[in-house]
Amino acid sequence: MKGDFREKFGRGLVLGGAWTVLAFLILPMVVIFPVSVTDQYYLSMPKDGISLAHYAAFFTNEIWLSATAQSVIIATCSTIFAVILGSLCAIGCWRLSTGLSESVRTFMLIPIIVPTIVQALAMYRFWIDLGIIDTYVGVILAHTLVAIPYVIITVSASLANFDLRQEQAARSLGASMPQTIRWVIVPSILPGVLSGALFAFTISFDEIVMVLFITSRAIYTLPKRIWNGIEDHLDPTIAAVATMLIAVTLALLLLDLWTRHRRQQRLRAAAAEE
Amino acid sequence: MLASQRHTYWLLIVPAVLLMLVFYIYPLIQVLWISVTEPYFGLQNYEALLSRPLLHRIWLTTLRICAITTIITVTLGYLVAYAMARVGERQRTTMMFCILLTFWLSVLIRAFAWVMLLRNGGLINSALMGLGIIDGDLPLLRNEFAVIVGMVHFMMPLAVLPIYSNMSGIDGRYVSAARGLGASPWEAFWHIHLPLSKPGLIAATILVFVFSLGFFITPAILGGGKVVMISEYIQVSFEETLRWGQATMLASSLLFAVLLTLALVARFVDLKKVFGAR
Repeated sequence: MKGDFREKFGRGLVLGGAWTVLAFLILPMVVIFPVSVTDQYYLSMPKDGISLAHYAAFFTNEIWLSATAQSVIIATCSTIFAVILGSLCAIGCWRLSTGLSESVRTFMLIPIIVPTIVQALAMYRFWIDLGIIDTYVGVILAHTLVAIPYVIITVSASLANFDLRQEQAARSLGASMPQTIRWVIVPSILPGVLSGALFAFTISFDEIVMVLFITSRAIYTLPKRIWNGIEDHLDPTIAAVATMLIAVTLALLLLDLWTRHRRQQRLRAAAAEE
Repeated sequence: MLASQRHTYWLLIVPAVLLMLVFYIYPLIQVLWISVTEPYFGLQNYEALLSRPLLHRIWLTTLRICAITTIITVTLGYLVAYAMARVGERQRTTMMFCILLTFWLSVLIRAFAWVMLLRNGGLINSALMGLGIIDGDLPLLRNEFAVIVGMVHFMMPLAVLPIYSNMSGIDGRYVSAARGLGASPWEAFWHIHLPLSKPGLIAATILVFVFSLGFFITPAILGGGKVVMISEYIQVSFEETLRWGQATMLASSLLFAVLLTLALVARFVDLKKVFGAR
């Protein structure tokens, strides 16, 4: 069966190709780990044994620790602001759903398409006038602005599945609008809000281009530290930091998969009971 | 809805919109404005785009790298999505996991990993030397090859996700029908499956090309100052020469290039869908 063979061969080729591409994606993350436990003082594979010296260097070095703390503070604050402003905006646009509110929603997505370098330049110029260069306020404001569109997208996606009549029922039973939002709308769009928050936090925690422009000495975030480390002397501590960041990303992703899995199981169980 | 209710819902929207107008749109307009007023009013900054060979070269490098990155990423992304749509549940979850992990991981960390792999005396070079395949270091870093490797790596999830989401909605019976009517596997793919998967393919191409145009971190790190794309040159002319007229002109022209690309494709596709807003 010549055709049969060719079909199997084609299938093998596709699968092999796909896994090669995926290996290419994963490879860089896999090699960071052995380098992070090298016993050498420069970037290399371990030679005579493994060592946790580069992890110790991170946890005992004031510079790395304060950079991490600053990044966490900035990312937490910008996430809170972006989630509140973005969710309210998405709820407003969804409930009004007029041509105008639809245009407003599209307008709010502009930061997604504007190249980061252009934003960074623009903000630098304006932040000087405002006197918020190299301050927490300046960085948090910048990160909030670029995170808002992602919150709007994820929350809007959740709202698309939300039944408007629930909101109307709450209002006709005498709930005020803040009460309706707090007790009816927010709980049912929570998955969208959470994934918006995750987006916002990651965007802020990883952001480097704007930080390079709008900060100098006082604000030194983790990405800026890594950036300088790569430019200067390729310190193996970066490999340790990178490994820890990969571990955190991996843990969050597994948690997300697990909660999705649980939710699906619950839905299936509920459907079976009915 | 009552008029008063409408007002309260508008109140929810206003804070975010005001913030965006004052702290985002106004600074952008200021950049456009400076580009035609510094050092004096007129288009003289933009004339440099036509008259200065250095700027020609940088724009050409940028467009070339973007085009190559887009072609490679979309082709390989299509292959991955195609495989994902055909394998079993378990294998698909693993594949998706690899894609999502890459998607969420810090871009800086990924660029760092590639530096480690590609540099002189780095992991790839020392492995090849250890195997006796090469005698000296291959020049893998600080060139277009490195930049393209890094960019393809960064953009891959942006290509796979839209192509896969479109493909998983294609009814497999069309292809089966074509096969039943005597088409070879290749003919069935080429005449039936490929046209059906075109929307995902177009979305992926737009996303990858547009994000590549303004890309900064990966080219700056892996190009190591040897391969200068437009974003990096904006940073250089801002940081080292402080020439605001030129920096803002380049930033404006980059913004126009992105908007022009989007305007061209908007005639054929629903852009809001491409960017996940619908």
